[in-house]
Amino acid sequence: MSSTINTIEVEHLTKFYGSARGVIDVSFSVARGEIMGFLGPNGSGKTTTMRILTCFFPQTSGTARICGFDTVQDPLEVRRRIGYLPESVPLYLEMPVFSYLRFFAEVKGIPRAKRRAKVDEVIQRCGIDSVACRLIGKLSKGYRQRVGIAQSLLHDPDVLILDEPTIGLDPKQIIDIRNLIKSLGGKQTVILSTHILPEVSMTCDRVIIIHEGRLVAVDTPANLIKHLQEVPTVLIKAEGRARDIMDALSKVPGVLSVKEASSAYDVTGFHVETQKEGSLINELARTVCDGGWKLREIRPVDMTLEEIFIKLVTRE
Amino acid sequence: MFAILKRELKAYFTSLIAYIVIAVFLVISGYFFYTNLVMFVMWVGSDVKTGLWQYTFQDMRFILLLLLPLLTMRLFAEEKKLGTIELLFTNPLRDSEILFGKYLACLAVFVLMLVLTVLYPILLAIVYNVDIGPVAAGYAGLFLLGAAFIACGIFISSLTENQIVAAIATMGVLVFFWFIDWNEGIAGEKAMVVLHQFSLFEHFFNFTRGVIETEDIVYYLSLIAFFLFLTQRSMESRKWRGLA
Repeated sequence: MSSTINTIEVEHLTKFYGSARGVIDVSFSVARGEIMGFLGPNGSGKTTTMRILTCFFPQTSGTARICGFDTVQDPLEVRRRIGYLPESVPLYLEMPVFSYLRFFAEVKGIPRAKRRAKVDEVIQRCGIDSVACRLIGKLSKGYRQRVGIAQSLLHDPDVLILDEPTIGLDPKQIIDIRNLIKSLGGKQTVILSTHILPEVSMTCDRVIIIHEGRLVAVDTPANLIKHLQEVPTVLIKAEGRARDIMDALSKVPGVLSVKEASSAYDVTGFHVETQKEGSLINELARTVCDGGWKLREIRPVDMTLEEIFIKLVTRE
Repeated sequence: MFAILKRELKAYFTSLIAYIVIAVFLVISGYFFYTNLVMFVMWVGSDVKTGLWQYTFQDMRFILLLLLPLLTMRLFAEEKKLGTIELLFTNPLRDSEILFGKYLACLAVFVLMLVLTVLYPILLAIVYNVDIGPVAAGYAGLFLLGAAFIACGIFISSLTENQIVAAIATMGVLVFFWFIDWNEGIAGEKAMVVLHQFSLFEHFFNFTRGVIETEDIVYYLSLIAFFLFLTQRSMESRKWRGLA
């Protein structure tokens, strides 16, 4: 058992299903208390990596360690320290919620005396108090997902591995789950996978981008944006004749190009690309106001994670 | 393991399947007992002591062969279909704990079925002097036979996601083991001796006659161990299989 600096360590992980590729040479580590996002299109290897980490099946080569325990050599120790929610949120539909949770409390090794308390605690935390006695088969998708998450939290695991935890939920439910996940970070380490980009920037400390089984990037969302944003861009919305506004803006020193981005009624939006040095926002704002046009909105435009993702993926 | 055992028992008795199987078994067994008893009563001179039980237990083996696969079919197939197998394999449970929890739960339901039929000898004992020996031997044989059926059933259930396929395949395999020595025409004399040893029911007949032979016990225990071993390998196969 090696000493751990990182809670999760993955080195050169490769998995092939026969000849079909799962993941190829993936390496990363997650520190204690971090919320790590796993981003990638469907079929990119997110679920494969998670299944290897949870000891569902072993890798073809490479190592994966959780809290210092190797997933192949000490699977039972690894499983004791993780909580896992698979993508399909599998549940025993014929059981009532509390019975289901009590079963897993026993399976996870929670001593009998503490089981009741733990189950109650997790029911409160996940907001399933009102349906605790109902049969799981009769619950809506949102509640089922919460029961699944509750199951993974029962034994206060060191590591939480969630495969697409917000898929198929309505906006309110998604916010609830995200808040729940954010409240876990710090004490517990979380890996969550998703292909919903805004989710990553909202909940995760760092993000891993994976594409066709290979790691494409590992960094904080902010860093990724900073490194990959090539040209600082400013969005300006103003009321007035588009052609005139465009001419005026182009004349501002430091402006590289002005493109029309949107138009609604009288208000036209422009994307103004500027040189890297110096923020030209004040200049641009003054230009619009001096020209007599009404300035509606002005702000810097960051590359969205979407654009970063596509850029990284098409680079390969 | 006990967590799994309890959960499976709950699952059996929350769904209809256990009740229906037990009910059907009791109705048909009761019918067998009744008709056999009537037959013996009519034909005075037959040895009711052993003959009755012999016929009754031998009749019961057929319905067991048809009904037990219906109990075993869901053990793994349902978990695979629901996806809950992924939860079981990622929780701190050994494969053997999962296997034995499920096996023993099904065995418990089976034992319940048998226990409920003890009513028959008890009823008979009220009016007639019943010798416990042959009855006990018969139940022992039936128990071992059923335990072997269940072991076979749990193995086949672990191979598929479809419960119906599991049930039918189990019945098929069990019937094969039953007929394995029927080919007297084709197989030679020496082969027949070996095949006899494999036949499921050859080893059962001694029990029904009230005779408990070690050889027969060993046969059934070996068969049970064999199928449980195969099931464990099947569970492990996810580690090296092609597509997950």
